[in-house]
Amino acid sequence: MANRRPLYFSRRQIMRGLLATTAFGAATKLSACAPAADETTDVAAEGTAAADSETIVGFIYVGPKDDFGYNQAHAEGALAMAAVPGIKIIEEASVPETSAVLETMRSMIEIDGATVLFPTSFGYFDPYMLELAAEFPEVQFFHAGGLYQDGVHTKNVGSYIGYNEEAQYVAGVIAGHMSKSGKLGFVAAKPIPQVLRNINGFTLGAKSINPAITTQVIFTGDWALPVKEAEATNSMVDQGIDVITCHVDSPKVVMETAEKRGIFSVGYHANQGPLAPTGYLTGAEWDWSSIYTSLGEQFVAGKTLMAGDIPNLLRGGLADNFCKLSPYGAAVTAEAAADADAAKEQLIKGELVIYEGELSDNQGKAILSAGEKYEQQAIELESMDWLVDGVKGSIDG
Amino acid sequence: MVNAVARRSQWQRPLEAVFLPVAALLVALLIFGLFCALAGADPIAVYGSIYKAAFGRWSAWQNTLIRASPLMLTALCTALPARLGLVIIGNEGALVMGGLAATTVGLGLGTAVSPMVVKLAMMLAGMAAGGLWIMLAGALRHYRGVNETISSLLLNYIAIALLNHLVEGPMRDASFVTKPSSAQLDPAILLGTIPGTRVHVGLIYGLIVCLLAYILIQRTTFGFAARTAGGNIRAARIAGLPVGKLTLAVCFLGGSAAGLAGMVEVAAVQKRINESLVSNYGYAGILVAFVSRHNPLATVLVAILLGGILASGGILQRAHDLPDATVLVFQGIVFLCVLFSDSFYGKLPWFQEQVEV
Repeated sequence: MANRRPLYFSRRQIMRGLLATTAFGAATKLSACAPAADETTDVAAEGTAAADSETIVGFIYVGPKDDFGYNQAHAEGALAMAAVPGIKIIEEASVPETSAVLETMRSMIEIDGATVLFPTSFGYFDPYMLELAAEFPEVQFFHAGGLYQDGVHTKNVGSYIGYNEEAQYVAGVIAGHMSKSGKLGFVAAKPIPQVLRNINGFTLGAKSINPAITTQVIFTGDWALPVKEAEATNSMVDQGIDVITCHVDSPKVVMETAEKRGIFSVGYHANQGPLAPTGYLTGAEWDWSSIYTSLGEQFVAGKTLMAGDIPNLLRGGLADNFCKLSPYGAAVTAEAAADADAAKEQLIKGELVIYEGELSDNQGKAILSAGEKYEQQAIELESMDWLVDGVKGSIDG
Repeated sequence: MVNAVARRSQWQRPLEAVFLPVAALLVALLIFGLFCALAGADPIAVYGSIYKAAFGRWSAWQNTLIRASPLMLTALCTALPARLGLVIIGNEGALVMGGLAATTVGLGLGTAVSPMVVKLAMMLAGMAAGGLWIMLAGALRHYRGVNETISSLLLNYIAIALLNHLVEGPMRDASFVTKPSSAQLDPAILLGTIPGTRVHVGLIYGLIVCLLAYILIQRTTFGFAARTAGGNIRAARIAGLPVGKLTLAVCFLGGSAAGLAGMVEVAAVQKRINESLVSNYGYAGILVAFVSRHNPLATVLVAILLGGILASGGILQRAHDLPDATVLVFQGIVFLCVLFSDSFYGKLPWFQEQVEV
């Protein structure tokens, strides 16, 4: 028996160990209690202070805040809002679209005293955000992606979305100029209207320069599948595609792969220029900073969705600073830059409409006949389920 | 004298099973405190926050319990076959299959029959689908000698791919634009919450199923047969135990627990099926099963502990500016310490019967 004990503790050692552990535990527990109690009073004090001076705004992200993509764009915007005097932001990253986000929102409201929430991921909206919005009518909920419907959703729900296809269109103009093979590539996550609008906007921009150009689209099936994104990019390069863009949560992998394979790339969400110094042409970026700053100022001024001071559906394109283009890369020719700037100018002035007849989808079905057009605000665009002529691929996967 | 020794060993042996995990937990807290200090946060304040966010008040408790309830069920998918000596990690797949079957039945029946019957049918469909899924891994093991760990892992991918295919194709509700999903289940057939709380009834299912699993494994001849086969499969065969049937039955039961978790997740939380169903409940369940040493009752406690850790993940970011991966570090440290403490069982003489005295 004795030789089967590689680890022998005497009874005295055990007693000593137990005492030490208990002492440590007790010390931890007691000292933990003391600051915790202070903290509660602090929070309470802050809570009352917040009532008159500080508005607490909660931001929730579905992934990490430094993903070179969707979440980073929002986190940068949140940082800009934090600079508004009277605003305090609290953030939580990597919150999945399950009951976890319900609990996070609830904690932000109940523990941290947040009165405005920005659950930024598209999938947080239904059912999670709507459920809590009904439960907390005094808290304002803002969601990225024009899903608010008047009369269907409660008054404290707000949607804000940029027409990023305008920036995509301008990027498409540059891509149309720079592509030698006349073949563009688009790595997309899921065939939802927002993504389809970007694919179509990009393609139409390129077609305005070279009517024969095509865009090959590959749907990876999910927002963050780095391996599939790299595979899609590589297979596109092998097909002779020489400009690639994407709509996935983090364009990092696509940009880096394109750079490695020596082709041009167009970014999305945020500026990925540093990832592809040679081939990065430009990118369709969100400009959340300006919209978040303006919202923050309105919160401090006491404006709310419920009182009708802030519209429940906020939207805009290049003209309203909802989106912008990354600084043009070194490879962009002067001619391409001039045409892109012209298109941008026209979009800002409202002289250019992206979806204008005659337009048909890539299966030959007519979408718009000559003379018809979909303005940017057209409700038909919100439920887009077609790919414009010139796109190779299908939304059925 | 002998009497005294006997009496002491009676209370000392169970004490070992309490002392070791608690000590492991304290060590883990200490290591995590060090980590926080290195990351620039005050460890004592972090401990306070974790406690406050996970167990500090009733609302926090509910947060913890909501996160814990699916884990109790998915953990059984690993814990039950483990008693038979099988390492099954197909929890995620069984959960997905359960959710898919329950949704199909729920959407198919709709409100044609009484909601009670629909709920029951969804539950049975979920359990059957999850059970058959894992039984497949068990059958491959028993009849063809295929490694059950690998096959159950691969079955996860198949189940998830099937889910994605169905919600993006045949089952897709085109009017729901947030993400490709099935149509919404009728509100009448959704599972409610436990009265007075916001915790859905899945918690009660979890508790009942864990209790039943404990009784089945520890207190019935079936459980005894399964444990015997798990201890020594040849001896079990020589003793005339039907090892094949046992394998299939235990795998089915484990899978059906995870399938039930999928049904609950769809019917109580998400209301329609989509890729959000795949959010690590299955893989977290594997962890819970191993830490609870495959004891279904301990599973309940470990699931609540993990639920508490997950519930505290937010406050670490919000109040202490720690990165979002901190909670994973904490989880990792806790489970490594608990698993390591396993190696001390039977090695601390104070807990042993001391016949020499």
